Amino acid sequence: MIFTRAIGLTLLLLFGMLSSSNAAEADLRAIIAKFAAVSNFSATEAVVRELAATGDTAVERPLGALAEGDLYVRKADSLVFIGKEGGGSVELLDPLSGEKSGNAAKGEITKIKVNNTLRRAIRDALGTLTLGAKDPAARIAAADTMFKTPDATNIEPLDAAIASETVASVKALLEQARAASVLVSDRPETDKLAAVALIGSRSDRNALSLLTAVEANSEGAVNDAATAAIANINSTLALWDAGQNIWYGISLGSVLLLAAIGLAITFGVMGVINMAHGEMVMLGAYTTFVVQEVIRNSFPGLFDWSLVIALPLAFSVAALVGLVIERGVIRFLYGRPLETLLATWGVSLILQQAVRTIFGPTNQEVGNPSWMSGSFDIGQLAMTWNRLWILVFALCVFAVLLYVMKHTPWGLQMRAVTANRRMAASMGIRTPWVDALTFALGSGIAGIAGVALSQIDNVSPNLGRGYIIDSFMVVVFGGVGNLWGTLVGAFSLGIVNKFLEPYAGAVLGKIVVLVLIILFIQKRPRGLFALKGRSVEA
Amino acid sequence: MRGIFSTITKMFSAGVVTAGLLMSVPARAADDTIKVGILHSLSGTMAISETTLKDAMLMLIAEQNAKGGLLGKKLEAVVVDPASNWPLFAEKARELISKDKVAAVFGCWTSVSRKSVLPVFSELDNILFYPVQYEGEESERNVFYTGAAPNQQAIPAVDYLMSEDGGSVKRWVLEGTDYVYPRTTNKILEAYLKAKGVAAEDIMVNYTPFGFSDWQTEVSAIKKFGSAGKKTAVVSTVNGDANVPFYKELGNQGIKAEDIPVMAFSVGEEELAGLDTAPLVGHLAAWNYFQSVDTPENAKFIADWHKFIKNDKRTTNDPMEAHYIGFNMWVKAVEKAGTTDPDKVIDAVIGVSVPNLTGGYSTMMPNHHITKPVLIGEIQADGQFETVSQTPGLVMGDEWSDYLADSKDLISDWRAPLSCGNFNVATGKCGGKGTN
Repeated sequence: MIFTRAIGLTLLLLFGMLSSSNAAEADLRAIIAKFAAVSNFSATEAVVRELAATGDTAVERPLGALAEGDLYVRKADSLVFIGKEGGGSVELLDPLSGEKSGNAAKGEITKIKVNNTLRRAIRDALGTLTLGAKDPAARIAAADTMFKTPDATNIEPLDAAIASETVASVKALLEQARAASVLVSDRPETDKLAAVALIGSRSDRNALSLLTAVEANSEGAVNDAATAAIANINSTLALWDAGQNIWYGISLGSVLLLAAIGLAITFGVMGVINMAHGEMVMLGAYTTFVVQEVIRNSFPGLFDWSLVIALPLAFSVAALVGLVIERGVIRFLYGRPLETLLATWGVSLILQQAVRTIFGPTNQEVGNPSWMSGSFDIGQLAMTWNRLWILVFALCVFAVLLYVMKHTPWGLQMRAVTANRRMAASMGIRTPWVDALTFALGSGIAGIAGVALSQIDNVSPNLGRGYIIDSFMVVVFGGVGNLWGTLVGAFSLGIVNKFLEPYAGAVLGKIVVLVLIILFIQKRPRGLFALKGRSVEA
Repeated sequence: MRGIFSTITKMFSAGVVTAGLLMSVPARAADDTIKVGILHSLSGTMAISETTLKDAMLMLIAEQNAKGGLLGKKLEAVVVDPASNWPLFAEKARELISKDKVAAVFGCWTSVSRKSVLPVFSELDNILFYPVQYEGEESERNVFYTGAAPNQQAIPAVDYLMSEDGGSVKRWVLEGTDYVYPRTTNKILEAYLKAKGVAAEDIMVNYTPFGFSDWQTEVSAIKKFGSAGKKTAVVSTVNGDANVPFYKELGNQGIKAEDIPVMAFSVGEEELAGLDTAPLVGHLAAWNYFQSVDTPENAKFIADWHKFIKNDKRTTNDPMEAHYIGFNMWVKAVEKAGTTDPDKVIDAVIGVSVPNLTGGYSTMMPNHHITKPVLIGEIQADGQFETVSQTPGLVMGDEWSDYLADSKDLISDWRAPLSCGNFNVATGKCGGKGTN
């Protein structure tokens, strides 16, 4: 106890000497030391405000750490540190300089608790402090924060920042933040009207949110201007909303396409009612999980490549299982659709329970590589990277499959067997092998769909269940046996679904889509693009 | 080809092992043992949640046996698998009671499975301990509800969000899966919020199907609803598997907890295990127990659990604590009654107090619900919750909500002479009907 305290004192002295000990730093340390005595969130918030009020940019480090939940108090001597967890113990860093100050076991330190209100307070405080940061991104973040939390006291620092700003885009944001602050101040009406006009030109949701608040708390000309600006923004946003629905529809369509495209081969081309299709998707997702587990434990640097590595493996695993199912079960049941349905249903149950026994019933964590996380904006449209990549991937898979079917000898044989089995057999094609390989191809494609779906859905033994009905729907709607039909079917179902959802809700929307499909199938029993082939003969 | 065959062998042996497990109902004639039924799905969609509870029960029974059993006899677990199939729950419950002659049953997760076994338990007069938070509006003589009633989870959670600490929320999105628990809970919450002065246009209610996975439209609707200049929060009764894609979409569309927090009633440590929680830090959950609760009882429970399940990464969660409380209450009641006869135990268990894992005692009330503290936790980067608010005292489970017109006059008291689960204080008659 005495020993640690002595070390603590020595360290303090050391830092005091090293870092050109000035009065400001001692003051900051005195304020930071108050964190050790806080007992509730409002007390912590008071200390945060006090730190922010110093206006010293050095408080960025301790406040940032607090927001992340990395600020600790050492029980022995009530000193405040930034802690970095690693391997059972916590590495302690000085809250101001960030220099290493030894290690502590988890039991020797207590974390300073934060909640959302506190995180918001810290974010606001840091916003003002980082206005003068060197990095333009930090200044943009600061302007953004100040725009969302306008305060009359922000006007002066913002004026100073605008005067010294050199980047035009950042300057525009700073001026908008200033306008937001003007609206909540007691400046004259002409200033406020200019501010409303400036904010109205942003025409995004944040501006809308701000102006709605202004409209509620103002009168006279400002109120009228705000009302007009809101109407203006709303009409712009309505257009963007329609665009967003289309994008969501395309994105849902790409997921449906991925899930259904393997089935378009096994059910569409071969005519096998394959209820185990969803489980092939699941196997692909679990392969991704295993690959990521191996990478996490042995080659952490390769994590961003995990999906690329998983693709061929998932294809092989699912194709192999598919081959076994075809050779072991399905080939004895050709021409008996009811028995095939029951047998593949049984296979799907066996696969599910096998995975449950091996990996456990709980969800497995499959991480998103960095290039698939987050989103970007096109105008008022927020596009998420994972959805975009899945769309690109689905189209690539479709293109490759189309090439294989149309331009390779194997594809030719497949189509020949589909069109007329006996004729194909007479021409010397080994139809049983073509059957087996076609089924394996369809299963393998389902496997790589699983790699993509692991990025947006649960990886659990039930993964496949959620997609089987949708997949059949897409294939039947698009026209059994036609790949283009599957493509068009998937995207039109996706878009119709997403246009219905905002009005009818997800539950009713799905029902309406089903009703539409039933009506459509009444009119065109063979789907959008009918094809002649074995499935038609049967 | 060998590779293929070994895969098959592995698959089939896995299948056989499972089948063996499901059928391992020992048919030993037993005067020297007391049988305890465990009615949790080990396959199908609910296996993800219920398998853990089966294991927790096996651990509790093994521990009780190590302490010398009950009334001088060993306890014997009888495990059946209702396979997430609601009618099968009733069949399996009948099998447990009539064929295996169990003294009590611990089980069920979804409300629909509970509703399906209710007639079996009252017909054959046995006891069910139900460990999951539910929508209330029910009190049965043969059922003991050890999970939270709405006033032990939903109402305090909303109170927290309305408070200054919770961000003084003024606008509410009630997002749920489309079935009885979210619908009833949201009905109660809507009535409660309106009673607190929230305007109808500040409440948005939306439902999605089970296992929903494409949340883009819903999340952007939440974003839109939240940009009306008032502090907005989402109260989520989204159930099971649909949560993972929901939270992934929230993270991807950049909805941060500081701006629009999501308060969930069905997301526990187990659900977070399948997620990268870094983008979710600060989103909330309301439960009566968190694994992170720092008490000696909880530390021992977690250590025992890791030892029993032989994996120290497995999490503990609120329904496990409910089983812990329920099982100990049953043991105490049997000791008090000196018999396992359900009729006597049903009377004996009222008033029994046992330690819970959050450092206090839980008591079985005459309405067959228990007293519990309510904790609000924020999701942390390590997949655990950190308690940010806790009710000062214990909250007593209220089966008939005071905020619904149909049930506000109903009370339940299973002690003689009233012995009624739905007594209407306005008409003075037993036999009131709640909302569902």
